[in-house]
Order: sequence, then structure tokens, then C-alpha cells
Amino acid sequence: MAVVSPSTPAATGGTRPAGDAPAGRTGRRGVNVAGIALRMPYWVFTGALGLIFLAPLVWTAVASVSPQAGTNQVEGWGFGNYETLANYQAGVWRYLFNSAFVSLLTVALTLVISLFGGYAFARFRFPGRNFLFLLTLAILMVPYATLLIPLYVLLNEVGLENSLVGVALVLTMFQLPFSTFLMRISFEAVPRELDEAATVDGCSTWGALWRVLLPAVKPGLITVGLFSFLAAWNDFMAPLILINDTERMTLPLAVSNLRGQVQGVVDYGATEAGVVILALPCIVLFLLLQRHYVRGFMSGALKG
Amino acid sequence: MSDSAATRGRARPRGRHALLGWLYATPTAVFVVALFVVPLGLVVKMSVSRWPLLAGDQGLNAPDNFEKAVDHRFFTDSVVFTIKYTVLATVLLLVLGLGLALLVQESSRWNNLLRASFLIPSALGLASASLLFYVFYSPFASPLAPVMESWGFTFLGSPTAALLSTTFLIVWRYAGFYMVLMLVGLQGIPGDVFEAARSDGATRWQTFWRVTLPLMRPTLALTTVLCVTGSLLAFEQFYILTKGGPDNSTITVVQLIYQVAFQGQNDLGVAAAISVIVLVALVVINALQLRAFRSEES
Repeated sequence: MAVVSPSTPAATGGTRPAGDAPAGRTGRRGVNVAGIALRMPYWVFTGALGLIFLAPLVWTAVASVSPQAGTNQVEGWGFGNYETLANYQAGVWRYLFNSAFVSLLTVALTLVISLFGGYAFARFRFPGRNFLFLLTLAILMVPYATLLIPLYVLLNEVGLENSLVGVALVLTMFQLPFSTFLMRISFEAVPRELDEAATVDGCSTWGALWRVLLPAVKPGLITVGLFSFLAAWNDFMAPLILINDTERMTLPLAVSNLRGQVQGVVDYGATEAGVVILALPCIVLFLLLQRHYVRGFMSGALKG
Repeated sequence: MSDSAATRGRARPRGRHALLGWLYATPTAVFVVALFVVPLGLVVKMSVSRWPLLAGDQGLNAPDNFEKAVDHRFFTDSVVFTIKYTVLATVLLLVLGLGLALLVQESSRWNNLLRASFLIPSALGLASASLLFYVFYSPFASPLAPVMESWGFTFLGSPTAALLSTTFLIVWRYAGFYMVLMLVGLQGIPGDVFEAARSDGATRWQTFWRVTLPLMRPTLALTTVLCVTGSLLAFEQFYILTKGGPDNSTITVVQLIYQVAFQGQNDLGVAAAISVIVLVALVVINALQLRAFRSEES
């Protein structure tokens, strides 16, 4: 909107150089105005493009609180749709708790495992090191569904059927290729002299890791944490296959089930509210950690 | 290896060093073996066994599951549809990703704002994005409902419309991601190459085709492999948006696996057989793609 609203004064400004062209072209100011006039189509075009990407999000947020027939918010603006969600089956709080539990457990496990793994791959030589690293990366080559079917059987066998812990374990495994790779290159970017000096001074490798290396690989850890949170919070297929119990569903699953549950009629308002609740943490984290977010994508690209 | 290993060998005994390395790598090894290697072995075993969802392992029956998988009434349709969708999504995403990257390549405050707005949808989950567009496309709640009514169409009403609408959702969700990858590729091209092209009198168009694109080959290879892999395994977008409809016209291969395993047929053996077929196909397709990109280079 910022681009389109000042279009009237800008448009008149844009036509001016054509009017006093002879004077304007020689003067410095004239060149600038002509430059701006030339850039106008670019700004309008890119601004419109940017709006296309933002509009669906803004529309959903607005629609979720605006009046709509067939929802809990028929008249006036308000949070009726969110109330529907709060009373849906086990209630939105239950699903939020489940999602938060799975996400935080996945983040914690991924951080710990990839911190140690990255340290091992970057700083130690041991038999099977390259094999284990390639095996970890090979997870990327195997389709999600190919693994989820046997994982469903395996988790049932060890008593983790219908378990949020089981879902978190599976999601952690799927995070390992990216996070192990990222932590390995984070450790490799730290000069060896730093931890070697620490070990010479009598630090164990454990002490060197916590006291010297941890601060140095913090940006890597933030990126790993961010990506594993987004992946776990948003994951749909693992809980879809591994969870049957309504009480233990995660939020994406619950919102998805909302459709067609009430006598076959879809409550679009409640679905909008659900999308807003699902999207909010992701967008906040994106805005706060944009630099880490982009860097995560880029380190993925450098691998190729 | 010899030089640095020898120096470190003096500081710590070698055997102990290797042992410590294994200790730090143990959590990774445990997770990879228990949740990746074992399931991978199990899925192969399941694919050659009779394995109903509730009754479990009933012994070997090879190659029944593979025969049943290929004979499944939706097998060919789902393969054809998945390939069609993959080609469409990959072409659109790569062209758009590169286009957006070229558009916002120069760093300025305006361009940073644009990059962020192109990238925001990628922070959403695919399931959330699909749910968002499920409402957005519905003839009842959509802001475009009046348009649909006066033009007499719905976004998910016909097979073609459903395919195109789902692809639009995917482009919206992933274009920013591919833009970032393309930006990394563009930044990897040394500036003096463009300088040289300009001094040789090359037009913008010539520079793009003869300089930029050839030098982007590694990035294009990576993005193609990523996009093809992701699209071949499409599930959420169709599961949520179209449920495979209308008239079973939008069933992807992964959706078929899910259907066979958990919706009605409840045959994990056949589902495992399709999974193994998909895995082998994916490995072959990726190897072919990488080889194609490499041989063009030489």
C-alpha cells in the first residue's frame, strides 16, 4: 500500500520532466526527476508483486475476526472464531500444548545431538567418521513416507504408539542431515588454535567445547534451533500417521480435522483462526531471526 | 592427514582421541541407526511380506505386494499426475525464483523489504499454507467468491483448475526460498565477468543467456534436484486442498501410499512396496539429473 497511495503526487512529479524537458535535462535536478519517473513502473510492479505475497496472510488475519455467515462470528468484529477453536474437541489449548511440547522436545534433542555430532565430525578422527556423516546426509535422499510407514510399526513395537515423544524422536531424526551439516561447518569455521590452546592449558575436550567453542558456534545453534522449531511446529505427516488419539493431536492436524467435522459443514471462520494461530509464531520468529533464517537456506545452497 | 594429525597426536594419545570422537558422535549414530537404518531395512522387509495394518507380519509373499502395487487402479494415474505436477511446479518455481532474484539483486532498502515479503510465506508450514488457501479457494468464504460466481468456475472444481490452483499455492509458498538460493548463485559470479561482457558490447539479454545462465549451472542443478524431489513427494497440499479430487484426478504417489496404508485398504505391505518403488525411482532420477548437469558442463 505504501507504494500505491502516494501515486497521485508521484505521478504529477513523473510527468514534469516531459513538460520542462529542455531546462530539466541539463540541470542536475532534472536528471533525478527523470530517474524517478523511469523507476516508477519498477516500483509499482515490484510493489504489486510484494503485495501478492503478503495479501493472503493479511486477508486471513482480517477475515478471522470479521463477521461471516456460517461461523461463530456472524455479526460485528470479534474473536468468535477463536472461541469455536477453544471449544473444539480437546480444545485449542490442549493442541497448542501438544504442538509446543513436540516442537520444544525436537529443538532440544536436535541442538544437543548436532552440537556433539558437529564437534565430533569437525574436530576428531575416528574409524567410521566419514561413513557415519554420509549416512546422516543420506536421510535427505529417502522420502518421508518411505520411512514413516516402518517407523509407525517400530514405534508401536517399543510402546511409543500414539506418543508425542515418538513424534519428536522421528522429527529429530529428519532434522539431523541439515543440523549436523550446519554444526560441522560452524565448528570448522572456528580456528583450531582456539580449542587447542584450551586443551594445552589443561581443559578437557568437554571443557573446551563448553567454555571456548560454544560461544563461537552460537549463530549455528540459533539457525539449527530456528529451523528445527519451524519444521516440528509445522509438521503434518508424522503426527498424521503416528497419532490416532484426538487428545494427542498437534495443532496442524486439529485445524485440518476441523474441516468437515461439524455435520459435514466446513467452519471457514474457525479454520482461518487456526491458520492465524499456526502462522503467528512462525512469522514472529522469521521477523526476529531473518538473518539466521536466510543464512540457513544459504548454507544449504553452498552444499550443492 | 599426516601433518595435523601428528601434531595433535602429541597433545592427546591417538586411541583416546578416536574414542572421544566416537563418544561425541554416539547420539547421532544411535538416532541414525535406530530411526533411519532400521526402518529402511524394515520397509524393504515389509515390501516382500504380507503385512495387514492390524494383524502385522504374516510372512514372506514376494513379489505379491509389488504386483498388487503396480496393478492398483490409481497407480498409473498417480504416477502420471505426479510427473505432470512436478514438471509444472519445477519450471514455474525455477523461472520465478530466478526472476525475483534478478529483480531484487541490488541491495537497497526497498529491495530488502521486497525480499522479506517474498520470503515470509516460506516461514509458514506447508499444511498451514494449504489450509489458508483451502479457505481462500472456497466458493463460500473466498474474497474472490463473487468473481467465481459471475464467471461460473471454482478454483478446485475441475481437474485442471485444481492442479493450477494447487501449483499457485506452492509457488506462493516456495518462490522466496528459491529466490534466496538463486541470489546465492548470482552473488557467486565474479563482477568482472559482467564488466567484460559489457565492454565487449553485449546487450543485457545476451549477457543473461551467454554469461549469467551458464555460470549459474551449479545453482540451477541444486535447485532443480531440490524442486523435483520435493514435488515428486508432494502430499500435504493435495491431501488438504483437493483430497485427491475431483474424480480422483489429483492423487499423488505419496497420497496413494497413505491411502493404501491407512485409508480402507490397510495394507502396509503394498504401501511399503510403493514406498520402495518411489525410493528407487528417486535415487535414479536424481543420479540422472546430476549426470545431465555434469555432462553438459564438459
